[in-house]
Amino acid sequence: MTNIGSYEDRVKTFTWAISEQELEYKDGNVINIGEYCTDRICRMGKKDKLALIWENYAGEERRYTFNDMRVLTNTIATYLQKLGLKPGDRICLFMDKVPELYFGFLGILKMGGIAQPLFSAFGSESLVTRLADAQTSAIFTQRKHLAKVRNIMADMPSLKHVIVVDDDGSRPLREGELAFHMDKAERVEHFDIYPSKAETPSVLHYTSGTTGKPKGAQHVHYSLISQYITAKYVLDLKDDDIYWCTADPGWVTGTSYGIIGAWANGVTQCVLDSGFEASAWYRFIEKHKITVWYSAPTAIRSLMKEGEEPVKKHDLSSLRHLASVGEPLNAEAVIWSEKVFGLPFLDTYWQTETGSMMISNYPGMKIKPGSMGKPFPGITATVVDLKTFEPITKAGIVGLIAIKPGWPSMFRTYWNNVETYRSKFKNGWYISGDRASIDEEGYFWFVGRDDDVINTAGHLVGPFEIESALLEHPAVAESAVVGKPDPVNMEVVKAFIALKPGYEPSKDLDLDIMNFVRKKLSALAMPQEIEFVRSLPKTRSGKIMRRVLRAKEWGEEIGDTSTLEND
Amino acid sequence: MPEIKDIILTYVKKEYVEEGDDIDVTYTTPLISGGIVDSFSMVSLKRFLENKYNIQIPDAKATPKAFDSVNNIIELLKEFNVK
Repeated sequence: MTNIGSYEDRVKTFTWAISEQELEYKDGNVINIGEYCTDRICRMGKKDKLALIWENYAGEERRYTFNDMRVLTNTIATYLQKLGLKPGDRICLFMDKVPELYFGFLGILKMGGIAQPLFSAFGSESLVTRLADAQTSAIFTQRKHLAKVRNIMADMPSLKHVIVVDDDGSRPLREGELAFHMDKAERVEHFDIYPSKAETPSVLHYTSGTTGKPKGAQHVHYSLISQYITAKYVLDLKDDDIYWCTADPGWVTGTSYGIIGAWANGVTQCVLDSGFEASAWYRFIEKHKITVWYSAPTAIRSLMKEGEEPVKKHDLSSLRHLASVGEPLNAEAVIWSEKVFGLPFLDTYWQTETGSMMISNYPGMKIKPGSMGKPFPGITATVVDLKTFEPITKAGIVGLIAIKPGWPSMFRTYWNNVETYRSKFKNGWYISGDRASIDEEGYFWFVGRDDDVINTAGHLVGPFEIESALLEHPAVAESAVVGKPDPVNMEVVKAFIALKPGYEPSKDLDLDIMNFVRKKLSALAMPQEIEFVRSLPKTRSGKIMRRVLRAKEWGEEIGDTSTLEND
Repeated sequence: MPEIKDIILTYVKKEYVEEGDDIDVTYTTPLISGGIVDSFSMVSLKRFLENKYNIQIPDAKATPKAFDSVNNIIELLKEFNVK
């Protein structure tokens, strides 16, 4: 029996109060995600149950019970308080997927701080852009990322504390840098958890847009209501499950479902802190007898690329439920997973801004491979006309995915950017920026983004940020960046570049520009292809027409070019 | 003339290890599984090898395993008669 039961019946009877009741939350009560994921689970009699099984690429393993997690998050919260950090302070987590990242996140929430996780592969410029916007007070990091943090200190006067979780004393730390060893620190049995309320800010996740700098989507502790129940119904998490979410907590999936959703349900999680390698992944599933696996289309397509042979070498019979998120899951991947694992990956759709799953395929519901599924019970979703923002009632017509505001995990603002936040709401709907159609049976079918944002391996990358970085390269006169179709990553970054006088296109220059962007921003933002051009298509007012270049890459109609300067 | 594996090791250190980072990379250090070179960055490492040795490495051969250490890369290059 699945947790959700019949989807149709659940839709008819569902209210968010069901989640509130299960979590014993009443309007006006204290609600702290850190407490719900640790202390509450211990009070429920699961203190000796494993909360985290962690393993790295070298096979080193660390295991923590829910009681360990409760005490260690207390320890971290106490440490932060002693540093003088206050509720509401932004505290960044800039680490690989080590236990300190997961417990640091909950420890920050316990003391009332706002957790700001950032992908550890970000370069210095990506890091400083996001920290400066948030005026971040402290950052957790590892020795291997310390150099990037040091590079930005001069530009970050608000950053008072750099907490290094694995310092071994081999190199001296500088002023403001502190060594903190979670496992060796004095364990704190009791901590007065910050009495956060429903609307108290909890997490700040940065996301990229078409123009301007990345925006910090700010969430609140009440998001737990959505994250708990969606993890229960969509991921079908049960008490005896061993769950693996492959997402990095630098991105929203890694916190909403790699931390909050699973642990609020009291489920044991596994984390593999290692780069992608098919055999290593299968070995991990086999070794820990993982039952529920939440991954991403890019990873699934990468596994497909490796073929069925590596699968046959492992006993993966423990798996009982598979789900996917990040970008649309193509029908071939669903069919392949059913063939090799005996289970289809069920696609889920949501965004950084939505905080939890909005449209999904559910255990027990008829699956249409390639479809995003149907709205979660309690979510009113539709597609709206691209211009009028009126709901489209006819099946099969493409519009913008729109969601009626008011679900618990909806972002509450963009940090320092309320105008952009307001612009996301039209005609009483939250406008996602993604295009889709709905078929006669109510299934959603993803079409693409409605803007220039590039979805590469499930991560949104803003072309403006990359173009700005490219302009800092000495050879680049101007550039335009678009998404190019890719069989594994859905899209990869392609840059069209006009060179300054005195520079000639060459293979070495191509590679130099790639590495320049990778180091400045991140590997995700690095153009995987560069096309050197004499000039870029522009409007008569001088604005670069990315859509002309994008259409060329996707083999689409270019559309109206009446404003093109020199077509 | 430096050996090929030294050229690659020097390149990996220069491009994928932040200046001042406390990481010791050797011929056997796991690059991909160890998180020093992620799957996206692998594209630039592959491009370097192709440019440097004037070869084309098909995507099917450019696997995370083949790029997981300098020694593994050397083995891969042997298939292209780069020794």
